[in-house]
Amino acid sequence: MFTSGLKRSVVGITGIISRRGLASEAATEVPKLKTFKIYRWNPDHPAEKPKLQEYQVDLNKCGPMVLDALLKIKNEQDATLTFRRSCREGICGSCAMNIGGRNTLACLCRIDTDESKQTKIYPLPHMYIVKDLVPDLTHFYQQYKSIQPYLQRSKVPEDGKENLQSIEDREKLNGLYECILCACCSTACPSYWWNQEEYLGPAVLMQAYRWLIDSRDEASAARKQMLQNSMSLYRCHTIMNCTRTCPKGLNPGYAIAEIKKALIPA
Amino acid sequence: MIKRPSGLQRQILHLYRQFIRLAYQKPQENRAHFEKHFRYEFQRYKDLPRKDFSTIEHLLRVGRRRLELFSSPEVKDIH
Repeated sequence: MFTSGLKRSVVGITGIISRRGLASEAATEVPKLKTFKIYRWNPDHPAEKPKLQEYQVDLNKCGPMVLDALLKIKNEQDATLTFRRSCREGICGSCAMNIGGRNTLACLCRIDTDESKQTKIYPLPHMYIVKDLVPDLTHFYQQYKSIQPYLQRSKVPEDGKENLQSIEDREKLNGLYECILCACCSTACPSYWWNQEEYLGPAVLMQAYRWLIDSRDEASAARKQMLQNSMSLYRCHTIMNCTRTCPKGLNPGYAIAEIKKALIPA
Repeated sequence: MIKRPSGLQRQILHLYRQFIRLAYQKPQENRAHFEKHFRYEFQRYKDLPRKDFSTIEHLLRVGRRRLELFSSPEVKDIH
């Protein structure tokens, strides 16, 4: 009697479970296949020309951002696909690339959910390529180094702790210090394309401006002198591609215009 | 008469010369290793079509980067 009663209750419980459907397990969805065309080039075979390779990704099983799709392709379809990525939240600037004709961070760029359209992914334009989507940024970083992006002062503060700054002076740095040096703006600038060797480019110039207006910095005169030539700064023709493309919503074009104003001899 | 080398060819010859000169700045016992390696790296692409400019220019850039890398005095031997 007792054992049979127990058995019946167990059957009852399993019966309930089998009837209940889990919310996430939606009944057999049609796969939303989106085609990505990705630039491929392998330095191990330098004589082979770069090509676009097609990959199909089911958007139902993929995160919302382009970086999620790239990671999914790398994990499941082609482990040889090469790209830089790190933070996946737009703070490291590693995954800068040209997506659908616009320089942006793959981790901040939503996948266009229109499956009838292909998304083309290229590395940053007019840069030497290391492999696939990885550009060679050595020169860009050298240019950044050349503007001396650090505080220059003749003496240390008296209490030996911090260089103080008024709240108003600190506010001048807003919209400048957020730059993550992803190189999206510089590589979107036609002037930078044609004069990469000498023109510093929007990203670096914006940082030059950031140090120029820092109230704690004492090397403004030297910094201005460094930019006072025809190439470093004045190759900017306010094309403003930099501001349009910036994935962080900053305005390098404005910063460059401000440097130009600051360089007018008083 | 030997045809005058083109600009690109001259750049390659110049790079090769720089590599060989670099080998002579390394410790004497390892000099042969360096020379062998440099010669091998150049000969790998011997059969590249001479009109394949983009590839040749890429290899030149790679070569210059390597030259810079190898010229540091910490590099003492190569295999």
